[in-house]
Amino acid sequence: MNGAVFAAVYQRDLRLAWRRRTEALLPLAFFLVAASLFPLGVGPDPQVLKLIAPGVVWVCALLAAMLSMPPLFAADHADGSLEQLLLAPGAGLAVAAAKAAAHWTISGAPLVVCAPLLGLLLGLPSAELPVLFVSLLLGTPILSLLGGVGAALTLGLRSAGMLIVLIVLPLAVPALIFGAGAATAVDAGQSPSPHLSLLGALLIACLVGAPPATAAALRIAVE
Amino acid sequence: MHAVNSPATLTAVRPRLTWFTFASPANFYRLAGVLGPVCGLVAAAFAVAGLWMGFFVAPSDAVQGEVYRIIFIHVPAAWLSMLLYVAMAFWAALGWFLNARMAFIFARAIAPTGALFTVLALWTGSLWGRPTWGTWWVWDARLTSELILLFLYLGYMALVAAIDDTRRADKAGALLAIVGVVNVPVIYFSVVWWNTLHQGSSLTMGKEQHMASTMLVAMLLLTLACWAYAFAVVFVRAQAIVLEREGDTAWARALVAASNQG
Repeated sequence: MNGAVFAAVYQRDLRLAWRRRTEALLPLAFFLVAASLFPLGVGPDPQVLKLIAPGVVWVCALLAAMLSMPPLFAADHADGSLEQLLLAPGAGLAVAAAKAAAHWTISGAPLVVCAPLLGLLLGLPSAELPVLFVSLLLGTPILSLLGGVGAALTLGLRSAGMLIVLIVLPLAVPALIFGAGAATAVDAGQSPSPHLSLLGALLIACLVGAPPATAAALRIAVE
Repeated sequence: MHAVNSPATLTAVRPRLTWFTFASPANFYRLAGVLGPVCGLVAAAFAVAGLWMGFFVAPSDAVQGEVYRIIFIHVPAAWLSMLLYVAMAFWAALGWFLNARMAFIFARAIAPTGALFTVLALWTGSLWGRPTWGTWWVWDARLTSELILLFLYLGYMALVAAIDDTRRADKAGALLAIVGVVNVPVIYFSVVWWNTLHQGSSLTMGKEQHMASTMLVAMLLLTLACWAYAFAVVFVRAQAIVLEREGDTAWARALVAASNQG
């Protein structure tokens, strides 16, 4: 992997996001609004809300991550800079990894920070809040990495947004199961560590596997 | 090589049979034209035999009565739904590494049949679950993973259909199929674990400890019928894709002209 390219792309994406701060905060706004709809939909019963809270938070994080994916490579693809970036030796992997890292820093990390707040709103016991936080901390990078593959595969397509959701969500099922399961396990009086360990294993697998797949998909798209 | 210019080899039009003979779309088209109908006939024969065995020879089940007979279509459909995904990923990977056009065409031709069998497995499972479990659907590990398999098929087909450029569609679809097949075991085991953790409905299919041999034979016959059907449909669909893509080649034009005259 080309470290210089990684650093340059990562810093550039952060700078671009900083210049369009409102746009960068949209996934977080979506996350909060979508999660707030659940009490309105299923009713304010604290018992029910407490039961579904980890799942609601996780599903909303999943959707927020997917909905913020289409622009990941789109602007660079449209103005031709992506093609130029990929010319450098070993740059495909670096671009793929840097874009996923930048996506997580911009849209993933704020969700992780705000998730305990949402947990409180949904009546999650305080013992489960740190677990939810850690599960999202391990899980949201997985979503950014998998989403990167989807964004690269659907680059420049008319219906890219819906396609990413359809392609990536089945692949994200394990992350959802172990992520939401960690908090649910605490509720059931079990240790969350098996869930978190498996989530960590998934993260490592995605760190190794997703950037090459994204890089290959980028090459197909700009070929 | 030594006799390339001799008159004998010049008159011989039959291509030498190698591993790559049928990687040529023209050769494959002719082969599929023969194999497709043959597989179709084989499928029909096995289906008639299997259905006859299943409905008239196999005894009623001691516990479930007559309703168990849905197994004869349910189990073959479920087997094929999984097998065809692996087959699709295999051809996609082969296309990816060898850059072979026909391999990509196979992957694309298999996908709709695989999705069809997945829907059939879910549908018949649902029809079977209603009388035996008392519900159309439970979030059981097998049902859930089969549903996710359907989503994987749909994602592949949607992606391939959304890309106009054939080359890009083939390669992007191949990448997705390979990523999907790597993920299938992970998804399956996570769903199994999720299901046991939630202490989901403990409904399991009664283990057929003493499955009557006639039942087994009927199921195997219908499995072979589904196999042959899948082959037949994939051949025909692949033929259609070949014609679509090779429409401007000389052999395809000659073929169309000949079929217009005849």
